[in-house]
Amino acid sequence: MRDIIIIGAGPAGITASIYAARQRLDVLLLTGDIGGQAVLSGDIENYTGFQFISGVELTAKFQEHLRQFSVDVREGEPVRRVAATGDGFTITTTTGMHTARCVIIASGRTPRMLNVPGEEQFRNRGVVYCAACDGPLFSGKDVVVIGGGNSGFDAALQLIKIARTVTVIEKDPAFRAEPVLLEKARLAPNIELLAAVEVREIFGDTFARGVRIVHDGRERDVPAEGVFIEIGSVPNASLAPDLARNKAGEIIIDGGCRTSIEGIFAAGDVTDVVAKQIIVACGEGAKALLSAASYLNRRRS
Amino acid sequence: MAKTITIYSTATCPHCIRLKAFLHEQNIVFTNVDVGQDRTGYDEMIKKSGQMGVPVLDIDGKIIIGFDRQAIVRELGMA
Repeated sequence: MRDIIIIGAGPAGITASIYAARQRLDVLLLTGDIGGQAVLSGDIENYTGFQFISGVELTAKFQEHLRQFSVDVREGEPVRRVAATGDGFTITTTTGMHTARCVIIASGRTPRMLNVPGEEQFRNRGVVYCAACDGPLFSGKDVVVIGGGNSGFDAALQLIKIARTVTVIEKDPAFRAEPVLLEKARLAPNIELLAAVEVREIFGDTFARGVRIVHDGRERDVPAEGVFIEIGSVPNASLAPDLARNKAGEIIIDGGCRTSIEGIFAAGDVTDVVAKQIIVACGEGAKALLSAASYLNRRRS
Repeated sequence: MAKTITIYSTATCPHCIRLKAFLHEQNIVFTNVDVGQDRTGYDEMIKKSGQMGVPVLDIDGKIIIGFDRQAIVRELGMA
């Protein structure tokens, strides 16, 4: 039985793992991928100490730092279930089972789907969720970004350099993105911003050809070969359904990252932490581990 | 006998970058096709995988979509 199992190797999980190694705990880090949502970020300008860095580079730094310590990392082994046993917890993954005295859930979030006709049909045939990954495939083509928040504008700002035209579509009357992103977007000659839009469907033949929308009371087709869906995300909390969650499905934690079950801690975007930011996730990962370490010490004495 | 490996990727795709780093670490030789720049390569990838998501791996004709570590390890007999 390990001292601690950390679930998810994003910023929170990696930071918690580094702290665990320095506490000389017997730690196992289980994860689907390394980097989580952070690795998909185009340009990060608000991680203290780094004026301008890409998600890939920042994640590489996190991983390099983690490698300085001998932490057992199992990549490609996402966790399916966390269950309490008599003296600890059993963690079931896609390929096996592990046990630990305590757990930190840092499983992050998954992109939300739009749920309109055509989304499923054209996934990876024009409908994509990651501008950093798939942007270059739409060089010289017309693209649509659905979602007027930070993610949507982050994607749009990457795409204006690559695509022929970029149309940002938002369902609310106002765009929720940071003013700095809105300003940058408005300066681009090949961008169109549409608010108060209803998306009816994504249409096409073998691949997506456009989006049918209702705007200003009229229905119209926006031709596009790329449809980027950036409408937020849902927390990956289904692996521990007995934990108290808020209305948004996020795991509720206290100031010490404790959940409603003793011995289970949670950190980062999967929780109800007020800000979903890489730097916050790192801080939460550290807090969660220090809290868990205290818990383990108390149990020993 | 060593297998012939072709990777279809874009320059900025995070999973592509991590996949290539993984293969380098394991000293595995592969050919990289940048489908963002190479139109013929792009069409080839779509024909082989029926979709546009990157990365796509062609290991001696076996197509793997995405950085599916377990499938890659299995296919290369690395486990």
